[in-house]
Amino acid sequence: MYSNYLLATAALALATAGVAKDKDRDKPAAAAPADVVRIGKDPWPSQYKPYPGQTTVIRGATIYDGTGRRMDNAMIRIENGKVAEIGQTVAMPAGARLIEAAGKYVTAGIIDIHSHLGVYPSPGVDAHSDGNEATSPARPEVWAEHSVWPQDPGFSRALAGGITALHALPGSANLFGGRGVTLKPVYGRSVQELKFPNAPYSLKMACGENPKRVYGSRNQLPSTRMGNIAYARQLWSDATAYKRRWEDYTKRAEAGTAKPTDAPRRELALDTLAGVLSGEILVQNHCYRADEMANVISMAKEFGYKVTAFHHAVESYKIADMLKAEGICSAMWADWYGFKMESYDGIRENIALVDAAGACAIVHSDDANGIQRLNQEAAKAMAAGRRLGLAITPEYAWTWLSLNPAKGLGIADRTGSLEVGKAADVVLWSAEPFSVYARPMQVWIDGALMYDWGDPKRRPIADFELGQPGEGEVK
Amino acid sequence: MKRVLLLCAAALSAPALAAPIAITGATAHTARGEEVIQNATIIIDNGRITAIGAGLPAPAGATVIDAKGQPVTPGIIAVPSDLGLTEVGGVRETNDGSARGAPFSASLDMASAINPASLQFAIYRMAGVTRAAAAPDPGKTVFGGQGALVSLAATGPTLIRPRAFQFAEFGQNGARLAGGSRPAAYAQLIHLLDAAKRLAANPAADVGGEDEGSLAKRRDVEALLPVLKGEQLLMIHAERAADIREVLKLKVRYPALRPVLVGAREAWLAAADIARAGVPVITHSLYDLPDDFEGLAASRNNAGILQAAGVTVVLGPLGGIGGTTPVNLPGYAGNAVGQGLIPGGKGLTRGQALASITANPARMLGLTDTGTLEVGKRADLVLWDGDPLELMSTPTNVWIDGVAQPMTSRQTELAQRYKTLGRTDLPLQYPR
Repeated sequence: MYSNYLLATAALALATAGVAKDKDRDKPAAAAPADVVRIGKDPWPSQYKPYPGQTTVIRGATIYDGTGRRMDNAMIRIENGKVAEIGQTVAMPAGARLIEAAGKYVTAGIIDIHSHLGVYPSPGVDAHSDGNEATSPARPEVWAEHSVWPQDPGFSRALAGGITALHALPGSANLFGGRGVTLKPVYGRSVQELKFPNAPYSLKMACGENPKRVYGSRNQLPSTRMGNIAYARQLWSDATAYKRRWEDYTKRAEAGTAKPTDAPRRELALDTLAGVLSGEILVQNHCYRADEMANVISMAKEFGYKVTAFHHAVESYKIADMLKAEGICSAMWADWYGFKMESYDGIRENIALVDAAGACAIVHSDDANGIQRLNQEAAKAMAAGRRLGLAITPEYAWTWLSLNPAKGLGIADRTGSLEVGKAADVVLWSAEPFSVYARPMQVWIDGALMYDWGDPKRRPIADFELGQPGEGEVK
Repeated sequence: MKRVLLLCAAALSAPALAAPIAITGATAHTARGEEVIQNATIIIDNGRITAIGAGLPAPAGATVIDAKGQPVTPGIIAVPSDLGLTEVGGVRETNDGSARGAPFSASLDMASAINPASLQFAIYRMAGVTRAAAAPDPGKTVFGGQGALVSLAATGPTLIRPRAFQFAEFGQNGARLAGGSRPAAYAQLIHLLDAAKRLAANPAADVGGEDEGSLAKRRDVEALLPVLKGEQLLMIHAERAADIREVLKLKVRYPALRPVLVGAREAWLAAADIARAGVPVITHSLYDLPDDFEGLAASRNNAGILQAAGVTVVLGPLGGIGGTTPVNLPGYAGNAVGQGLIPGGKGLTRGQALASITANPARMLGLTDTGTLEVGKRADLVLWDGDPLELMSTPTNVWIDGVAQPMTSRQTELAQRYKTLGRTDLPLQYPR
């Protein structure tokens, strides 16, 4: 056991070294690499490896492929971790596992763009409260992944709810909360074993009541909404100057006129912001009110960055046309409203109205329990839209759960829909998945069967739950 | 003064003067066992159900509502809730459920704060909720005060029974309130109940001081008399199986006590004991995480196991589930049905699930003339556009005491205002 551990460690070291070499190869040929100091883009790379899968054909199911398409009595083949074939009939290789699924449903796996699993794990004791570095309104230097407890029991429940990827974010106490990380709900001994390979980082930002309350109550900036914006603008200005310093240095170093000791001092906080300014890091912005989202859009234009998604966004329906024009997604609850002043105008038609305006709509959870049934949240949102006269099909609404969040996380080229060549992140449902009676029967991640409702050996039990009352029970 | 009262009485009994209503062609889910009456006619007169049966003719002069085969259920009863007590959870001044700085606790009377103008009434009512228990949130001692029962009827009366139950915290919340431990919570609970016992034996007994630091206030002890005598329910929030067993033991010390367990994540581990004690349980169908060290065994099987053991199960809009709201009670009930369809899952039947949000809370709260579709019951009815427990279904009509309720809210007005965006001749804030 001990020697295995040593071997694994060695393997990790090699893997890391390999990544570093690849990075070197990507650098411009003209440069003299040894003389140019560069900021690593991915110093904590994913060590996730797909688990072994079996070639599997599911036959007879109704498929919602995540792009908005529906196929009745259709087939899908999962092979080598990918969607190998999908359609009315697919090839059935010798030795493949066949699942007869007449009357059942197959969908793309659900992706939650807003989770605090790992950073606020269960049990929710103070010692586990690792989601808000509420020691300054701006903490872009902190990374959610360094708080993630890979043994959060919540990962197993999310998996059982059909989740195949999730984005773990810092909380919203700060204007700049830190970096978010995209994970797979697959247990590991380190967070890196959960990390979605090569997914872009995000920067969690927040506007509104939380930052002004947290810092205002300490009699410091920001205590108002205008303070929120002022503080953020100053930081974007600082980040712009920082980025300029590094660009200037790099240009000189590549021309051979700067020494490594001339490299600017690295500021981890500003690294993150510079990554946003250069478009490598996606902004996930907690914001409730329409007018505040509009302010953030103006700020982003002023400093030349892009907001990828507004989160919570309970008033997105008031500015859905603006969000469409700006190409900004809204990650929303189906029906949360009224629990704080800035959520007072929440309506159940929000998601459907955002979608109807042509903007990108995403159903999110922000909740360790809610993540387990985002399909149900989408069902409520779809029904509310229909009552308002909007024609929304279930197969179309599934885009709110899979392809749109994948886009919002920059991973839509690899997951988010059941298309040939994409990851086999697949859920087999016991009934139409917008029904309250439907449950995931089986969940595949990268083609590996990670959950099976009928097989206790395919239902993970987090370390914390061992020896506890209820261990291994059907939850 | 008398004249004013008479006018009010006339206004309240207005439905009595209205024509009878006949809902025809309904699929009546009566919340009596698994009973479903196809092609049902439900006749409402004078605020009550006067007839229900398959294919009954509508009486002459009745207002006929053709249900077109859609389901009709009893109105949903939300218990416990903060309806009428809290408008915006995060806005302290709109929250009357909790009083951390008050000198009093058990005597706090929620009825004095019920605000019928709260916009939550309309939002919940549209979702089929017709009655609710407005409960306090203990903030000073383990006792939070006396909850009220309310009707959601748009035209009132809102308050239907003040001081219907006492609410207390046990477990880790109780420990926090009482000074830091479970023994401290237990000591505070029995200190006040014992004082009530002495007061019951001798009305002149000295049971509480008036100074800030006194361990009991006479007013609070007096408020616990009906609890002690079993005239008032004692809702107790307890999660851990061990805490639940301590609550059951209170019935030995105070024989007339009528406890109701609230939360009760680990109740399934003590299901037989709870059933034997005849104590109802209010829980949530979706608890399944070890949120804290008193809910380690939380499981969605809880409701199903309790039901099978013979416990009266009520599903409530309890916290610990993000965004929990009475609006989603039918969905929570539906999820309890879904749980039973999983291999190894323990769930509720559809009839049991419906009863857990209608007949069971009605019986538990002593609202004996509500909760089911039966002749003589109050006409609290909901007509749905699909399976009432399904997420995509919604009420199309709601009647409370036989009165058709408005189906609009501030939320529907917002949706209408912003349904179509774009620049117009005047801002959207001008009526169109």
